[in-house]
Amino acid sequence: MSRQDWLWLPVLFLVLLLVALVPLTESRYAVFLGTDILIHGLFAVSLNLLLGYTGLVSFGQAAYFGIGAYTCALLMKKAALNFALAFVAAGAFGALSALVFGFFCVRLTKIYFAMLTLAFSQIVWVIAFKWNSLTGGDNGFVGVPFPQNLDSAVRFYYFTLAVVVVSLVLIRQALNSPFGRILTTIRENPERTEFIGINVKLFQLIAFMISGFFSALAGALFGIFNHSVFPDILFWPASAEVLIMTILGGMYSFLGPVVGAGVLLYLRMEVASYTEYWPLILGLILASLLFFFPGGIVGFFQDRVSRLRRKP
Amino acid sequence: MILDVTGVTKAFDGFVAVREVSFSVEKGELCAIIGPNGAGKTTLFNLITGHLPLDRGRVVFKGVDITRLRPHRICRLGLGRSFQRTNIFPRLTVFENIQAAVLVHRGRSLDFFTPVASLFREESEAILESVGLQDQGRTMSGSLAYGFQKQLELGIALASQPELLLLDEPTAGMSAKETSATIELVGRIAREKGLTLLFTEHDMAVVFSVSERILVLHQGRVITTGSPEEVRANPEVQKVYLGETRCS
Amino acid sequence: MNLPDPSFLIIQSLNGLTYAMFLFLIASGLSLIFGVMGVLNFAHGSLYMLGAYLTHQFVSWFIDAPGYFWWAVLLASLGVAALGAFIERFFLRHLYIREELNQLLFTYALVLILSDVAKLIWGTDQFSVSRPAILKGAVEILGQYFPKYNIVIIFLGPLVALLFWFILLRTRWGRTIRAAALDRETLGALGVNVNRLFTVVFFIGAWLAGLGGALVSPISAIVPGMDVEVIINAFIVVVIGGMGSFWGTFLGALILGQVYSLGILILPRLSMVFIYILMVLVLIIRPWGLLGRPLQR
Repeated sequence: MSRQDWLWLPVLFLVLLLVALVPLTESRYAVFLGTDILIHGLFAVSLNLLLGYTGLVSFGQAAYFGIGAYTCALLMKKAALNFALAFVAAGAFGALSALVFGFFCVRLTKIYFAMLTLAFSQIVWVIAFKWNSLTGGDNGFVGVPFPQNLDSAVRFYYFTLAVVVVSLVLIRQALNSPFGRILTTIRENPERTEFIGINVKLFQLIAFMISGFFSALAGALFGIFNHSVFPDILFWPASAEVLIMTILGGMYSFLGPVVGAGVLLYLRMEVASYTEYWPLILGLILASLLFFFPGGIVGFFQDRVSRLRRKP
Repeated sequence: MILDVTGVTKAFDGFVAVREVSFSVEKGELCAIIGPNGAGKTTLFNLITGHLPLDRGRVVFKGVDITRLRPHRICRLGLGRSFQRTNIFPRLTVFENIQAAVLVHRGRSLDFFTPVASLFREESEAILESVGLQDQGRTMSGSLAYGFQKQLELGIALASQPELLLLDEPTAGMSAKETSATIELVGRIAREKGLTLLFTEHDMAVVFSVSERILVLHQGRVITTGSPEEVRANPEVQKVYLGETRCS
Repeated sequence: MNLPDPSFLIIQSLNGLTYAMFLFLIASGLSLIFGVMGVLNFAHGSLYMLGAYLTHQFVSWFIDAPGYFWWAVLLASLGVAALGAFIERFFLRHLYIREELNQLLFTYALVLILSDVAKLIWGTDQFSVSRPAILKGAVEILGQYFPKYNIVIIFLGPLVALLFWFILLRTRWGRTIRAAALDRETLGALGVNVNRLFTVVFFIGAWLAGLGGALVSPISAIVPGMDVEVIINAFIVVVIGGMGSFWGTFLGALILGQVYSLGILILPRLSMVFIYILMVLVLIIRPWGLLGRPLQR
């Protein structure tokens, strides 16, 4: 496995270089899209920690994204906290919510687990939607400024890039560790994992919390990037969307979800300029994915590469 | 006495699957549990390993009351188990399957930082070799032939370094050749490592060749227990059980 | 806090009952499909929506014919049922061998596709259908007025429930369906064409959703977004009542209807939270629902 890593490392480095050079194109569109993709890439990877690695289908991941966004924005504007503290607090609150919600969710399996994650996420949505005085309700929480030292789109882009890269490295480290290996055994066979001596629910809960933490960080970045936070980032189709990103990119690869986020957001931007029927396109893409490309984009290419290798 | 089971009873909606079962197993013994289908063998295993809650009774392992403990705790105390339906991690390689169990046994399950690829390589490969899978380390375990999967399962159970190993129908679905190979392997490992073995089996040839003591279950109750000769000669056993298998 | 007078409360409660009957129609189809096939059909709300749109369409075509409304309802619901069967037979069926997530996501893809298809065909305007002549007008209850149409709906709900309960319990088809819910493999081994059974079950489930949409067309605005709004409520009903439990769905629908209609009076801002909290509590304390069986699904 590590031999494959060495092959990909230069490619990854090249991609990183290209990504870092995007602002040099002087295109506001590119910087905007780039920031959006980075944020959602992190969001999708944190979901995939649960989905692809631990085998937990969470239909309520938007809750942590939204909690992160609202927490950071509210602390900055209403409590006049500086960005660094608000940012970390957002992540911490995301992890804490994941602990509370996850405690109940991991006691269920499969469809009931998914339903409960959905239910919790909807509760958070209703709170954001109805608590007008705190969150601005349906009108959203607007006027979120760039933090002091990051007061331009380009600077914020680089900050986002740094945060996302560091986060991805940390998540990758954790998934490549013994803990990460146990997560995959839980995905493969929770009953057997229990009987090699693992408290499966505890590990699922820890995975939940890590995922919630990084999803919340992504959300916090998004709130600032968007200069506003609206309840619709908490509404259940948002959870479906990040699931689609993950599966589009490929849930059995680490960076697959980032690829999926990139492709989806890019397509959405482009398609939106031609037609308003983006949901139809998305639905067709999703359906074709399910029928023809179960491994997602990355899975498709990995399959091709391994077939080429097998040819004499 | 490494395992002491007293008065264990379990009923499902009124159907009593296991009724007042009491027996004990000495350290190092090779003990078989036999009985017709539906006698309650797997249920009994599930009760011992904590997968099912008991209605009544007590299970004591190495002097510790494990009656109410969760399966993962029981495993950590040194009780290992294989399952009737093959229980492996299909999308991990054979090596990774074993390594996972070793990782846990060595207390590294909450390590978030060490790269796992080569961790405990020697120990894992030693276990692979002891179950005859040393050439299959890189194979995806889900694509293994059935017999090899069973060997892998044994390997996973052994990787936790148990003192008492429960094997639920270890030769189910195997040909005669595979069965004798497996049983020889199991017996050898048990003797090498000083394991205590408690297994359920349908194949009478296996049972009588390998076990030192046999426990006979029928309709959830223990009919008798003793050495293979004693059990074979027992008239009640013959009536209930051996009479049927003479035809098979 | 001012408590409204009792007659107003009763009307609100009856409104809740009406809403409950629609929820029951949709949720029972959802529950049936889940109970027998193990598929949680996100697109069930979309089928409901199509039932409403199709009714509007057929009404506008048949407006001069006698009994136009009932013909429209019949054709719309059957049309939706046929669409459902078509989708199951040619698309969903291929996903059964895969993990359940795939089926779930496919039904979500259907939500996306069907909602835009409806927009393509009918645009984004709001539509409404007028009530059939014999059911126009209202009945006086305790000094307040309650529409005749709604009363018919309130009686129709339990009627449909009893009809299906009878079919499930007493007929051979019903027994086959119940057996499939318990063990489809054994049923297949017994020579039953399980694939065809699934298509039939999906047809029935879709028909119920379409019927719900068709019947709601005179009461509720036919508008994009009604699919998303109803599916969550249907999920909640099925979870509370018990997935795959028929009377559980009925009970769940009744509960939800009353919580919505009376909750708005007592604590308008929190009535929505109540629903979700109820759903969470049921999943935590009794995941198989009030009347469900503790089966692991």
